[in-house]
Amino acid sequence: MEQEVSVREAYGKTLLELGMENQDIVVLDADLSQSTMTQIFAREFPERFFDCGIAEQNMVGIAAGLAASGKIPFASTFAVFAPGRCFDQIRMSIAQPQLNVKLVVTHGGISIGEDGTSHQSIEDLALICSLPGFTVIVPADAIETEQAVKAAAAHFEPFYIRLCRPKIPLVYSEDYRFNLGKAVTMRKGGDATIIAIGLMVKAALEAAQNLEQEGIGCRVLNMSTLKPIDEAAITQAAAETGAIVTAEEHLEHGGLGSMVARVVARHHPVPMALVAIKDTYAKSGKPAELLERYGLTARDIEKAVHAAIKRK
Amino acid sequence: MSLPETGDPKSTSADSMKAEVFSLSASEAEMEAIAKRLRRHIITMTGKAGSGHPGGSLSAVEILTALYFKVLRHNPSDPQWSDRDRFILSKGHAAPLLYGTLAECGYFPVAELPTLRQMDSRLQGHTDRTITPGVEMSAGALGQGLSFGIGTALAGRLDEQNYRVYVLLGDGECDEGQVWEAAMAAAHFKVDNLAAIVDNNGQQIDGWNRDVMNLDPFPTKWQAFGWKVIEVDGHSLSQLTQAFNKAKQVKGQPTVIIAHTIKGKGVSFMENNPDFHGTAPNAIEVELALKELE
Repeated sequence: MEQEVSVREAYGKTLLELGMENQDIVVLDADLSQSTMTQIFAREFPERFFDCGIAEQNMVGIAAGLAASGKIPFASTFAVFAPGRCFDQIRMSIAQPQLNVKLVVTHGGISIGEDGTSHQSIEDLALICSLPGFTVIVPADAIETEQAVKAAAAHFEPFYIRLCRPKIPLVYSEDYRFNLGKAVTMRKGGDATIIAIGLMVKAALEAAQNLEQEGIGCRVLNMSTLKPIDEAAITQAAAETGAIVTAEEHLEHGGLGSMVARVVARHHPVPMALVAIKDTYAKSGKPAELLERYGLTARDIEKAVHAAIKRK
Repeated sequence: MSLPETGDPKSTSADSMKAEVFSLSASEAEMEAIAKRLRRHIITMTGKAGSGHPGGSLSAVEILTALYFKVLRHNPSDPQWSDRDRFILSKGHAAPLLYGTLAECGYFPVAELPTLRQMDSRLQGHTDRTITPGVEMSAGALGQGLSFGIGTALAGRLDEQNYRVYVLLGDGECDEGQVWEAAMAAAHFKVDNLAAIVDNNGQQIDGWNRDVMNLDPFPTKWQAFGWKVIEVDGHSLSQLTQAFNKAKQVKGQPTVIIAHTIKGKGVSFMENNPDFHGTAPNAIEVELALKELE
């Protein structure tokens, strides 16, 4: 049995570590600190933790004000509420002035499960990536989460880090080193490239393994830094493998697939297939059931690879 | 009137004794003259630009005059001085007034004011903190300044700095739900180094507040949210100055100064005329207005 680890817990523990090292780290939450795991920081540093109640717009503004006077605020809630509930606040109070706020959101995608449509964030990446100057990261496991959060703290600019709710298998070992803005080649291959983010990285690796049985060699890229996206890695993959499949727990519109397609269209057009949620909302269910119903499994990626290769 | 020191901008200090040097301490007569100049700036800037928001700029002239020339500790030659008092213009459409005030203080040349709203100008239609010296917040999307002010005040408290934070809101702006989220949070966090000022001119774009979206009972709402409420004549420099001083003494809760004002104040045909909320005076109107402001 593979070890499954909580990315949220990795976030909370990393906050605590950062808070011990740097007095300027402050944390805000909107009444979800038990779920986002910011409570791990709050317990140790209550004077540097601000629970803003169920008021995300105000939380974003307070974070911006703290940043404008030299603090390094991490503000957390569910992905569906930020940017969904406070897009204009993020736009005018953080993005436009380029303030040093870190939005770290949890419960991204449909794998949140039973809570259903209202809590399933399938548009957040499109919204946040539309804002000039935001760096956007979707870590693939707990180890990458820790390092991405540390990278965010170390860079003076707005960050958005999207985490999922369920515990997910590790795809990295402890010696992994996150490199901001660089895609990570998880597997080599010459027939097609699968570019994935978040928990779909693990699915992509499984798909690549299965396809190898059929004699199809797939390169797998973890595009954990979604923005600014690694154009060189995408262009190289298009040139060297001739077909690209993207995989994300997000709507097809405006997410990873759309962003990769822009790069491919501009630099090296090749057939593509997008594994993503089609133009619909999901429903309640167990995470695995939902991922299957809405086409986000290793099997779906395999089909997409076949389809893309056929069009070469 | 003691002018700000204009020496080495790096020679700043968190030391409050030294900080006092930077506060401008104008006499009432000087402030009256400044207020009149600010009104003239607002008319000429918006007139030249052919767009902008003269009405809600004119109503808050005395508020900014009292703050920048009497109350705030600030240093126009060092806008980033870490211990400065912060003024946050939440009603970002009053940008012409803020620009005029900052120019009169010496943050940038008065000669730059006519570039308002033009391509490549540092004086954008609504405030932009990334390009204009002295502007604390990018505003214009209403309702966001009080939250920003709370964050600024909390940072000062964490760092044990003694600066104060002032946020100017419009009364129409208080339709925004975020204002009341922030009102609740400011009291909850007991940010007593924060004062909000409401430019209570009674009007918004579509007409009188009471017809568009009734805010009454306005002072009672703030009280119920846990704020110390002070009501003043928003065109009385002495009442405003006293209110700001009184707010400094309030401990354990934030203070709101509800400044009763007249939209378009100082220009007869603009007063209480919502048409001049977001419309600039034409050439003839500029001439008439400037004559009234001689």
